[in-house]
Formats: sequence, structure tokens, C-alpha cells
Amino acid sequence: MTDLYSQQRAMRAMRQAAMQRGVIAILDVGSSKIGCLVLRFDGPDRFRESDGVGTMAGQSAFRVIGAATTRSRGVRFGEIDAMQETERAIRTAVQAAQKMANIRVDHVIACFSGGSPRSYGLAGSVDLEGGSVSENDVARVLASCDMPDIGEHREVLHAQPVNFALDHRSGLKDPRGQIGNRLSVDMHVLTVDSAVIRNLLYCIKRCDLEVAGLASSAYVSSVSALVEDEQELGAACIDFGGGATGLSIFMKKHMIYGDVVRLGGDHVTADISKGLQVPMATAERIKTFYGGVHATGMDDREMIEIGGETGDWEHDRRTVSRSDLIAIIRPRVEEILEEVRSLLDVAGFDHLPSQQIVLTGGASQIPGLDGLAPRILGQQVRVGRPLRVQGLPQSVTGSAFASSVGLCLFAAHPQDEWWDFDIPADSYPARSFKRAFKWFKDNW
Amino acid sequence: MQPLNASRPAAPQPVKRDPAPSRVAYKAHRLWLTPFVRQMTRVGLPVFAVIMAAGVYVADSDRREAILSSVQDMRRAVEERPEFMVKLMVIEGATPVVDDAIRQLMPIDFPISSFDLDLEAMQSEVAALDVIERVDLRVRPGGVLEVEVREREPVVLWRTAASLEMLDGTGHRVATISSRAGRADLPLLAGLGASDQVPEAMAILRAAGPLRGRLRGLVRMGERRWDVVLEGDQRILLPEDTPVQALEQVLALDQAQDLLARDLIVIDMRNPDRPTLRMSQTATEELRRIKGLELGGPAR
Repeated sequence: MTDLYSQQRAMRAMRQAAMQRGVIAILDVGSSKIGCLVLRFDGPDRFRESDGVGTMAGQSAFRVIGAATTRSRGVRFGEIDAMQETERAIRTAVQAAQKMANIRVDHVIACFSGGSPRSYGLAGSVDLEGGSVSENDVARVLASCDMPDIGEHREVLHAQPVNFALDHRSGLKDPRGQIGNRLSVDMHVLTVDSAVIRNLLYCIKRCDLEVAGLASSAYVSSVSALVEDEQELGAACIDFGGGATGLSIFMKKHMIYGDVVRLGGDHVTADISKGLQVPMATAERIKTFYGGVHATGMDDREMIEIGGETGDWEHDRRTVSRSDLIAIIRPRVEEILEEVRSLLDVAGFDHLPSQQIVLTGGASQIPGLDGLAPRILGQQVRVGRPLRVQGLPQSVTGSAFASSVGLCLFAAHPQDEWWDFDIPADSYPARSFKRAFKWFKDNW
Repeated sequence: MQPLNASRPAAPQPVKRDPAPSRVAYKAHRLWLTPFVRQMTRVGLPVFAVIMAAGVYVADSDRREAILSSVQDMRRAVEERPEFMVKLMVIEGATPVVDDAIRQLMPIDFPISSFDLDLEAMQSEVAALDVIERVDLRVRPGGVLEVEVREREPVVLWRTAASLEMLDGTGHRVATISSRAGRADLPLLAGLGASDQVPEAMAILRAAGPLRGRLRGLVRMGERRWDVVLEGDQRILLPEDTPVQALEQVLALDQAQDLLARDLIVIDMRNPDRPTLRMSQTATEELRRIKGLELGGPAR
């Protein structure tokens, strides 16, 4: 844990350095595309005061000055599959974004969806020494949480305090300075496969970039796709990506659950490719132009030229009706939604006061999804697009860029995590003298 | 049936080249975006190249000389345009003698470019002549070098052991003259240091107006006071301080008692409160004889 702590603190320091320099890149490593945005920080922010436990990491207003996306290569299920290919794709995106921004970027914050994230809820409590809660007490209570067995080769990606309780009062946003006897905390920890992180770090390092932060794309896409009251009242955000579908549940502006279904839009494309005997590129094109999930009588008559380049005239002139295409797409989309439903059931989404579900991500643009999803997920479903941020080009405002935009917000307004607080002072040996002195004072 | 010459489907398009930059290209691009490198390349390098090229070119002495000579040729070509040429010299306000002297002093080959004329040096050269009080040189439009001269006006002659000089009102030498007869109209000064006190001498001479016919000249005595020398070796010794008043006193005496007509050699006014007279030898003897007669002493 200490190793992770120092590593994450080093990333925070890197982020501070990037804010000093005023420019940072964000990198969304997805299965279907790799996006890079270059942000310029304009100075301390005023309007978004505090999320959660104050603002330890420092916040800033920002502006997007460079944006580039490239076809992803070598990434499957949100994990790096062929490292050289991925490195080249990252280089392409970063170089194009740098060129647009006309500035050199050295620090990058990255997100990815793979690594099979797992959520853990942690609780800890301590007795307060001085009567009122100090920053050191917050650090102590965070350190007092029992670490569950997260398994071999797993690493903590997020560790956010989501709730503080002081004596019998719960739901405190910021306990610092308040009077009480016993402070307890609920912490949400998201762990991912350490090999996935290491591969990604290696790829970024090969591009001469310094990592200033890592995030799960399920988390950051919900940061941008959920509106503020949804984050406050409780909502689930489903990020339909290319290779994986991320799920995160928000409550009181904190992520309380995150998970990933390893199915996505690429599987739909693969189904079309297999079903129609066409190459993946053609299948992708057919899906994008004619895809849907609700067949109507009109669709029986709408014939789609499949095309082909084999030289066999019969083969190259095949057509397929749109309802046949929908018949291929729909079962796969239903499967993804049912997987998500089962994850929501596991997470206990039924017990939340608000049942809002927001669909985002590139695959959420299938026409008719807003009619299909309520049948499986529940009534309150909407298709969400990311927040508008300053300077974002029109071409990257689509729902496929929810995690990119969310990563911008994450870069500018990170929530406080465990490593933003200092290591509790009583773990230092020097502290024992003070304790001994206190013991003497109390007993004589 | 298909025509045999039907156009075959276009050859499958080559797989689109991966647009990913190579590692080297990526690094070079990042390097290029570094502000320092950018500045150096865009400003530093061209400046360096230009300076370097210029330095290499000039380093060779032949080339340097060629550049210098071409620059000078160009300069000459401009200077020798007819607009800048001076064709003749006009000297105004000078007597023929001085005119000649000035022309000999400045032997200029006309026509000459006005850029080659060093007017200030020429002016100081001409002004070095004693006879010149002020000289103005200018190049008039039309290519005429105009020398405007004001000569010193001689007001007095000064005889020294070696020569006879003409002096102006300030005591500055004007010219040497061969004989007193050359300028009989000017009064004569003599004695060491007389030229330093010409204004005072002129004041004395003005005061001595009634003596004009008999005046021979003034002599500076011991570089501190004046003697007025009259015909017949009569002298009026004037004091240092107020020579003009003393002279006027003598003139008043002369008017009243016809002093100067008497047989006196010296009228000593060095102490103005106590004028002293020295009679000539014969006058003294005559006075004694008359006194003897009056007193009834033995006649000699």
C-alpha cells in the first residue's frame, strides 16, 4: 500500500508541475479510438467550490487548445494487446494534438476501460484526540480502513472517501474543524489488474510523456455525462465503448460502484462481419450507416448493398435488407444490456433512491437504443452526451467522447483521493515521543 | 453475356498507410515545438548564418580592399557631380596685398569638390594671418568659394629695436612697415611692452590733441608708464595711474602759463600732486645769472 501511495503521490506532484506549466494532455486509450486533448490551464477556478472533502489537489479553469483522435490499434477490451501498435497510435494522436495546440506537452493524464475493475467499499473509524477534526485526523481515519484482499497483481486505481460520519451524524461532506469524539469514513476503492496499468505506463513512457494521473474510463465518462443533480441524487452511467462497456454508479457526487462488461460495439461489428461474410471495415461502415435495434415494415424493403472486392460478381453484388441487419445487431445489444442489468443488480442499484440510468459512449448512438434499453434496464433511461467544455471542437462533442471530456474535468477538478492526504503522523517513529509525553501527562 | 473488354473492378486499393509518425519524426516534432529550439532555429540560426557568411567574406583582405575601393569610387562619383564642384574663389574685403597673400596661402586647384574643402581648417589658416581680423568662408550656390575678410585697421606705429610695426586698436600686430614715412599719419609708440597698452596710449594721444603739431610720440617706460615726447626733446613724464588727467593738467598749465614754450626739458608729472620741472642747461645758467643779478651776487 505504501508503494502505491508514493506512486500515486508522485503522479499528483506531476500534475501539480503540469498545472504550473499551464498545459497538460489527456489521453483516452479506448478499444476503437485513441483520443488526445491538450488543455491549457487558465488559473484557479472560482465557480466549482468543493466536491467532497475540500480541494486538496488544486483545481483550475481550463481550455481545450488541441484535439486529435486516431483509430485505435492494438487495444482489445480496453487493454493493451499489441504494445508497439498502441504506442504508434498514441504517438499519432499526441502529435496531431500537439500540432493543433502548437505547443509541446510533457504531462499526460490517461484513462482506460480494461483491467477488469472491481469495487470495494471500505469503512474505518478512529477516536479523535483533540476534540475537533483536523486534517491529520482525516488522514488517520483513511489509514484505519481495513484493506480487503484485493488479490494478487491488482492495484488500487481510485480510493475516494465518499462519506464521513462524526459520532451519530453521517453524510458529512467535510468533517474538518467539526467537534466530535469518533470519526468514521466510508471509502470506495477501485482496483484493476496491475499488468494492464504497467503496460499502459510503459507505452506512455515510450512516447516521452510523463504520467500525471490515471483514471478508469467508467468513472470519468460518468463525470462528464451525468448532470449535477443526477450525480447528487444517484444515477448509473453506462459507457458503451468499442471493446468494453463501463458501468459506474454515482451517489452524492461520489462514485460508489464501478465495473466493466467486456462486451462492446466491436462485438456487434464482429457479428455483422460474420453474419454477412464481409470484412470488419465494411461491417463497421454498414453498422454506422444502417444500424438499428427496432425493425419496422419499411426496413424489410430497404436493401443495403454489401459490396465486396473478391472479383466474384455474384458475391460482390449481394444485398441484405435492413431488418436482417437489425436481426444481427439486436441480440448482441440485448446481451450487453442484460449483462449490465445483472451488474446493476449485483451492485444493489434497486435500493438507490433514484433509478436514473444514462447511456453514453460511441455505441450508444445506435438508433432505437433509447427504446430498447428501458425494457431491460428500467424506466428512467436517457442517452447522454458529454458536458460542453471551453474550446472543445465540434467534432469531439459526440457521446463517443464522454470519457475524453470527463478526463478533462478530472484533470482540472480531481476528487480528493486517499493519497491527497499526508500519511498520518503517528506512523512516524518521532511521534512516539509525543505519545509517551502525553501518557506521562495523563497519568501524573 | 458479359463483354470481354468489360472494365475489371479496380484493383483493390492498397491498405491505407498507417499515419503513425515514426519515433524519430515524433521526437523531432516535439523538439520543434520546444520554444527555445524554435526561437533558435527561426531567429538564431539565420542571424548566425548571415554573420558567419559576412565574416568569411570579409576575412580575405583582397575582398576587403575591393569593397573599400568600390565604396570610395561610389563616394567620389557622388562628390564629383557638377552640383558639388567649386570653380573659383572670391575674396571680399581684402586689399590687393592681402588678397595675394590669401591666394598664396590656399593654393587650391579649381575645380574641386566641395566635400574636399576643409573650410574650418582653411578659416583657421587664414585667420592666423596678423592682418586678418575676421574671416568667413562659405561655398555659395553656383560653385563659388567666398572668402569674406575684414582686415585690421592700423592705428599706431610701434618702433622696436629691430623693426617698425603697425598695430591696431587692440595692440595686435598688423604688418611691418619699412619706414616711418610710409605712414606718417599714424602716431608713434616706442618702448618695451608698448603694444600691450595701445588703448591707453590711444587715450593719451586723444588727450594730447592740442599738442598734435609738436608731438613726436609716446615712449613706454619700464613697461609701466608713459612718456610723452615732444619736439626739441621735451618730455612729459606721466604717472602710472592716471596719465590722461596728468596730461590734461600739463595742458592746462600750458594754456595758462605757456609752459611748454619755455626752455624746459622735462615736465615730471609722476607725482601729480607735485609737478616738477627740469630746465635745460642754458636756462638754468640764465636763471642763476638773473638771480645773481637780482641778489647782487658776483657775476660769472
